[in-house]
Amino acid sequence: MTLTQPEAHLMSLDAYVPLLGARELDELRALAAQLSGRTVQMVNSTAMGGGVAEILNRLIPLIQELGLRPRWDVITGGEDFFEVTKAFHNALHGGPYQARKENFDLFLATNEMNRQRLQFDCEFTVIHDPQPVALIEARSRQEGHWIWRCHIDLSNPNPEVWGFLRPFVYRYDGALFSSPEFARQLPIPQYLSFPCIDPLSEKNVDLDPASVQEVVERFGIDPARPIITQISRFDRLKDPIGVVRAYQIVRRYMDCQLVLAGGSATDDPEGEIVLEEVRREAKDDPDIHLLNLPPWSATEINALQRASTVIVQKSLREGFGLTVTEALWKKKPVVASAVGGIPAQVIHKHTGLLVHSVEGTAYQIRFLLSNPALALKLGEQGHEHVRENFLITTNVKRYLTIFLHSLQRS
Amino acid sequence: MKKPEHPFRFATVSYLTRIGNQSATTIGELRDGLEKCSDASIFYHTFQSLGRYHFLTEGFSNEFAQWVLAGLNCPALAEQLAAPDIRGYLTLSDMRTDLLSITDEYCRSHPEDVHRLAFEPFYFLESIEVTIPHLGEAWTLEEFRHWLERLSNGSFHYHFLVSRLRLGLRTNDFSLWFENELGLQRLAQLTNRIDVYTNTLESTRAKLYTFIDRELAA
Repeated sequence: MTLTQPEAHLMSLDAYVPLLGARELDELRALAAQLSGRTVQMVNSTAMGGGVAEILNRLIPLIQELGLRPRWDVITGGEDFFEVTKAFHNALHGGPYQARKENFDLFLATNEMNRQRLQFDCEFTVIHDPQPVALIEARSRQEGHWIWRCHIDLSNPNPEVWGFLRPFVYRYDGALFSSPEFARQLPIPQYLSFPCIDPLSEKNVDLDPASVQEVVERFGIDPARPIITQISRFDRLKDPIGVVRAYQIVRRYMDCQLVLAGGSATDDPEGEIVLEEVRREAKDDPDIHLLNLPPWSATEINALQRASTVIVQKSLREGFGLTVTEALWKKKPVVASAVGGIPAQVIHKHTGLLVHSVEGTAYQIRFLLSNPALALKLGEQGHEHVRENFLITTNVKRYLTIFLHSLQRS
Repeated sequence: MKKPEHPFRFATVSYLTRIGNQSATTIGELRDGLEKCSDASIFYHTFQSLGRYHFLTEGFSNEFAQWVLAGLNCPALAEQLAAPDIRGYLTLSDMRTDLLSITDEYCRSHPEDVHRLAFEPFYFLESIEVTIPHLGEAWTLEEFRHWLERLSNGSFHYHFLVSRLRLGLRTNDFSLWFENELGLQRLAQLTNRIDVYTNTLESTRAKLYTFIDRELAA
């Protein structure tokens, strides 16, 4: 069972002024003034771990400070429910799936249990991802504005799972996707909405060099030698084994270390198995650091990213790839797969380098390690790109805009 | 400087991006898409992209051109598609006509390239504009300068570039007010001549501050 009414982190809008300038925040306040007192409900499937929970944790208090009345609910379910939704998740990313009626029944029963448990009376309801999608059943007489926010890549879904979920999606007023590539042929309007990071969160706030060094040394990493890092859950779709193989190619040419650091989410029971597979591939190489970090490791992740020479995100499939956003914000040169929402962040040769294979990943890492001036420039431009498009304040603005647009349409 | 009859009313603008059903994987499909896509899509990939990527002064701000270069590796067509200056267009229909004509000509002269597959598809997206009144209005150049400093980059882009489409004039909201309400023709001209292609929005704004400060000091 998960926490059902998570406590969102409090951070005042004024705290963002040094990073963004007062005028961007004035704009938010002007937009929000048109929505003052309106009620908003966000529903997702986990209170801790994973990008969605992180975003909601910051988004809710900011929306509240702007004068709206938000609420965040987390659906509950047993381990069997989350195993089913994890299988759905992989199947929606195009993986194989053995459809079983009892799985679909469990999904519906858990959604129905949550429909009865939670209250749905807000003017704007945003349901995040497939796990709670069937909560649309709670909508009575087309009241309020219901939006489905899909954070995952639906470009090649398993037809049975998508066929099961699609009728629920059709009943929303609109859907938000992290990339145009993810959108399906739907009879409802679809909008682009990039996820975001909070520059003031523990994971992204500036750290002094001594704190960075302390963390790196604590994990036995040598701060004096190049560090290549991928931060991701231990998940096959993040291709950690591919990263190890790319590193092994790079090592033929230059000295470096590899850090694979992953948190875990309460809705992902598969992580331990994948970690064991990666351990086997790493073959006791002392320069490969496999760090299975608990969910409260934000400062450690922040420090590892800041200590890195190159940051890699070699996903085979990706929703958006917030770890890429975090790396760019820290002005790090990024080598990342051209999948999911990553090309929206990594503009090839402008804000990072895009790759399509293990060999390409290895080559671009070598290229950046050999060309530090270019690496620096990519990092600087990547930082600006994030500042403009992928910060929590931009996300708040997009929600305000879609709420205003929904009101204008109705 | 004359006393204005009307204040400058700053607006706050925000955009939603709508995902349509059109995409292209070849130059031929790009050509068809340019012909059939909505005006909101032409706007998104030209006028609005200049604002979205204003911090990059290298590469093409026009997304059709950027895709042709990065996705299709056709630098000649990319350069031609990037050439039309958005400040020269008063309607999106005129811009579409020119982009289409450039692509048509390229297809005629390079038939071997028309069906070559891109590394990644191009998605035609659309802008949905939500505009609300900003808190600020200015009756003097000093007040204008004050509120300009509080204006977000998005709203600055709206008044400085998007205004051409709204006004149907080869000018912008700022220059129009300087000239018509304050009688400051030279300031209006200087403002309208700032090159947004070789400046970021920040440096464009800095130039405008300089022109205004000079006018105020005169």
